Amino acid sequence: MSNNRAILYEHFSDIEQQRETSTAGIWVFVASEIMFFGALILAFSVYRFSYTQAFNEGAQELNVVLGALNTGILFTSGLTMSLAAATNKMGAKFLTILLLLATCALGAVFLVIKGIEYHEDWTKGLFPGEAFHWSGSNSPQVQLFFLLYFIMTGFHALHLLVGIGLILVIAWLVLRGWVHEEHFMPLEVIGIYWHFVDMVWIFLFTLLYLLGGKV
Amino acid sequence: MTGKKEAVQALWTYVVLLVLLLIAVGLRMFYLGLIESLLLLLIAAIEAVIVLLFFMQVRASGRLIWLFAGGGFLWLSILLVFVISDYISRSWWR
Repeated sequence: MSNNRAILYEHFSDIEQQRETSTAGIWVFVASEIMFFGALILAFSVYRFSYTQAFNEGAQELNVVLGALNTGILFTSGLTMSLAAATNKMGAKFLTILLLLATCALGAVFLVIKGIEYHEDWTKGLFPGEAFHWSGSNSPQVQLFFLLYFIMTGFHALHLLVGIGLILVIAWLVLRGWVHEEHFMPLEVIGIYWHFVDMVWIFLFTLLYLLGGKV
Repeated sequence: MTGKKEAVQALWTYVVLLVLLLIAVGLRMFYLGLIESLLLLLIAAIEAVIVLLFFMQVRASGRLIWLFAGGGFLWLSILLVFVISDYISRSWWR
């Protein structure tokens, strides 16, 4: 395939500069996302430091097996996303589309498992507000743990949902031949976003499920 | 980086991440207190750096991308270090 299939927009001097600008652009967006999730993680850390006992009790109510399974699923989706970027560069169009759809499917499985967990939490009376029911001590502090848990995992799930939508669009663009081995930046840029969502989950899983709990 | 090299790197990255996940979940079975917590946070940080360098391709990118990618984490570290050090060093507020 010749290089003239790479689309160079007029305000860039060459294709390398254009590609680097795309990557820098998504990183500016990711930086804003780092600050968004960073603030939530900071709030959680401060309260965890203040109410260690209550937060340990809260963590012990979470389903670690499902949390670990979801982490594995997200790592697998990270692999399929990276492989999609690689096969796209090799010119394997249909394999790329297949890997992108697999990434979306894994993201969807993650959301389904998260939904099962949320349902489990709801039936145990762990959803903050009027439905919250805690028989032990430190009830307000445990409720705070679950408030932060639902906000952080909820926003993460929302980001994942957006990611699934974006990847579906990219898969369609690959199918239509707009994204290909010479014009691959849209796929790479969405890949960086997807991996960032993976990265956020690594910290959420560690902070919410692993710290202070027992299996 | 060529597509084939990228694919091999992605596979290795995935295997290492899964091993680290198993270690982290295994660690949760032991009551090591502060050491366990620090180890778990260390594993999370290592996993994040691996995702950053290999899945997000920062390692293969130029210096400009290192700067852009590092910027967000720099501001995050300022936020975390200053606020947490304030709370840790205050004994009167509890």
